[in-house]
Amino acid sequence: MLDAQDRQLLEHIQLGLPICPQPYAEIGRLCDMAETEVIERLGRLKQQGLIKRLGVIVKHRQLGYRANAMTVWNVPDHLVKQLGGHISRFAFVTLCYQRPRQPEWPYNLYCMIHGKDRATVLQQLEQLVDACGLSSFDKEILFSTRCFKQRGAIYTAKVLTHE
Amino acid sequence: MLSPLHKQLLNDYQHDFPLSARPYQDIAEQLGVSEAAVLTAFNELNDNGFISRIGPVIPPNHIGISALVAMAVPETQLQAVADKISAYPEVNHNYEREHRLNLWFVVIANDTEHLHAVIKSIEQDTGYPAMLLPMLDDFFIDLGFKLELNHA
Repeated sequence: MLDAQDRQLLEHIQLGLPICPQPYAEIGRLCDMAETEVIERLGRLKQQGLIKRLGVIVKHRQLGYRANAMTVWNVPDHLVKQLGGHISRFAFVTLCYQRPRQPEWPYNLYCMIHGKDRATVLQQLEQLVDACGLSSFDKEILFSTRCFKQRGAIYTAKVLTHE
Repeated sequence: MLSPLHKQLLNDYQHDFPLSARPYQDIAEQLGVSEAAVLTAFNELNDNGFISRIGPVIPPNHIGISALVAMAVPETQLQAVADKISAYPEVNHNYEREHRLNLWFVVIANDTEHLHAVIKSIEQDTGYPAMLLPMLDDFFIDLGFKLELNHA
C-alpha cells in the first residue's frame, strides 16, 4: 500500500511540519518531491487510513492534564470488540486497545484516560464502567507518576523501507 | 499564559490541518488573524512545550510493529533502569505507574524479530524480565484531544 516515496515522505514529516509559510514545499525539498505531490500524497495516506490524523499533537502534561490512568480489564474474549468499541466512543478516552493476557496478568482490554486530576479521572472511569456494563469484570487502575520519555512514534528509514 | 489564539490552535487543528500550499495562511483566514500571528503563536506553543509537533499520527502496526512492555523494578533503581531504556531509539514512551509492575514503555520495531531483539537487549542491559504486550486490536478512532483550557 505504501510505495517508496510514501515511506520517504513519512520519514521526513513524522518529526513535524516546519512552522513556515510553505511547510509542504520545505518537506518536498527534503525528499526531492514537488510541493503539490507532497500534499496529494498526504491526502491519499489520510484517506487510506495510513495517517490516522494530521495536525497538532498536544503535550497533555504541560497543558494541565497531569492525571493519566491506564485501566485494564479482564473481559471474556468474545466481548472485547464490542466493549472496546463502546469505550472508545467516550470523549475523555484517549486510547483503547486489546492486548494478549500473560501469565500472572489476566487483562486483555486497555483504556487510557488523561485528566486534570485523579478525582475527575476516577469519576469518568465510574461513568464508563456504568455505561459500558463493565462492573462485573476484574480491573486494575494504573496511574502514571513519572514520565521518563514521551515522543511520537519514530519510524526510521530502516523501518519505513522494510517490506 | 495561553492567549485565545493559542487555545484555538490547540483545539481546532488536531485533526484536519489544512493540506494546502499555505496552511498557516488558511488557518489565519479562518481565525481572522494574520499568517504571521499564526506562525508566531505556533512557535510559542512549540517553544513552551505545549505541543509535541504538528504532524501525522501513524496507526500502530501498519508500518513496523509496536508493543507495550511492563517491568517490575525496585524503586531505588527505577530512574537508572528507566534512563537505560529511554536511551533506546526504538522506545518512544516510558512511564512510571503505580503498580508492582511499575515501568511501562512502548517499543517500535521493523518486525517481530527486531522487536524481540530489542526486548532481549533491554532485559540483558537492565537485568529485569520484560512482559511483552503486543497490540491485538485498536478500537480507538483518534479525533484528537478536546482540551478545556480555561485554567491552563
